[in-house]
Amino acid sequence: MFRELGQMLLLLGNTVRGIPLAFRRRRAVGEQLYEIGNASLFMACMLSFFIGGVLALQGGAVLVHRGLGSQVGGLVGLSMCKELAPVMMAILIAGRIGSAMAAELGSMQAYQEVDALRTMNIHPIRYLVLPRLIAIAIALPALVIFSNIVGWLGGAFIASFNPDIAVPYATFMASLKDMVRMRDILHGLLKSFVFAIAIGTISCHHGLQTRGGPRGVGRSVTKAVTNSIVLVLLLDYILTRILLPFDA
Amino acid sequence: MNDPEPLQSQATGGLPISVRGLHMRFGAQDVLRGIDLDIQAGELFVLMGPSGSGKSVFLRQLIGLEQPTDGEVLVDGQAVTDETRHRARMAMVFQSGGLLNSLTVAENVGLYLREHRLRPPAEITRIVSEKLRLVQLPDDTGEKYPPELSGGMRKRVAIARALTMDPQLVLFDEPTSELDPLVALTVGREILRLNRQTQATTVVVTHDRDLAFGIAHRVAFLAEGRIQALGTPSEMRANPLPLLQQFLAADFTPQ
Repeated sequence: MFRELGQMLLLLGNTVRGIPLAFRRRRAVGEQLYEIGNASLFMACMLSFFIGGVLALQGGAVLVHRGLGSQVGGLVGLSMCKELAPVMMAILIAGRIGSAMAAELGSMQAYQEVDALRTMNIHPIRYLVLPRLIAIAIALPALVIFSNIVGWLGGAFIASFNPDIAVPYATFMASLKDMVRMRDILHGLLKSFVFAIAIGTISCHHGLQTRGGPRGVGRSVTKAVTNSIVLVLLLDYILTRILLPFDA
Repeated sequence: MNDPEPLQSQATGGLPISVRGLHMRFGAQDVLRGIDLDIQAGELFVLMGPSGSGKSVFLRQLIGLEQPTDGEVLVDGQAVTDETRHRARMAMVFQSGGLLNSLTVAENVGLYLREHRLRPPAEITRIVSEKLRLVQLPDDTGEKYPPELSGGMRKRVAIARALTMDPQLVLFDEPTSELDPLVALTVGREILRLNRQTQATTVVVTHDRDLAFGIAHRVAFLAEGRIQALGTPSEMRANPLPLLQQFLAADFTPQ
């Protein structure tokens, strides 16, 4: 386990060292960004709308019962931007994009494409990993912003149309504006950036470590997704603990 | 078939290879058990042997894709490592072709020149067309993706890609595997022609006896992790070594 962790840190270090070359790989970064957006935007939209809606449904009824119905917007707003949007989008990206990255790099490894790059003196990490890591580091925070907005709208929709809650849209938004500060949004974006680096590194690492044929690729994909999700949840706790004093 | 023309002593296009005491162990298994070998500059050398004898492992060591457990490989007198500058002058054609499936054939062939910015884009396009013609691929092949090509065409694209590196050492891993006899013959002739034309040192590993004896200046027989026999094709045919004769005599004739 520690050996793998070390290998992942080395991979990340090598990728970071290649950042000055990122401009040369802008086309590949663009292609990866398109892939990520294309594969996850609709799912992100659905997921975020219903998470916002469920938050309003669960929390709203309790708050209304205690005469705090005007605070539903704040509850949904804070929960979405600080916790649920970063974590849920990270899990979505680990499942959809992390698995695709591991599978693509895994089959490239299995079919000697990575070795071919090495024989041409083309650094596989800078050629293959760098654009993927940059793309995921841009895409995940962007998806989180999108998820926040859709989640808030989902919450507002349910809060205003559910007869048990019946909090008007304007009241919901006023509470949200009152309670959600820019630092809360940045808190979530910082988390999502760290999650993106973790997912990208783990997925590329498992892809490049693939041994054997299709079965090896399958194993790499499974490892990439499960390890990414576990690490996202672990990092979520650690980052929340670190960022907590800055919320005061 | 007669032996190919002898090596010209003034061949300057290739790099000499010297292998000393090469061992390779995977876990408890010794794949290579001490190989000593000298390959001359410009030579077309074929390493022949049964499947699983460590031929491909040997080839990967020559180009520095794997480090030996013990011993050394010297190319032009220098150790081959991952970062060695020799890499830029060494090309390898993989058994599967090793073409990047996400790139077109033209992008694959021009990849080395483009990534290292060795030529302007217009010149890369010209070189790519030239190399594709050299390996006798139709003009429209450049726009296709590798999965759209037959096995023989993929091998020829891989050869074209290797040629853009203007290599002094070219390694071929099982170049005729998975090919029908006619396409295998074309690929074999291609290797022979390129060796004569470029004078690059050429090392081929194969279990295809016809290919080995048809193109090689010298053939080595690798079995049980050691070079069991070494010589010109006619010397090898006459070699009485039982392992070699068993390998050469194997066929499907009903008992």
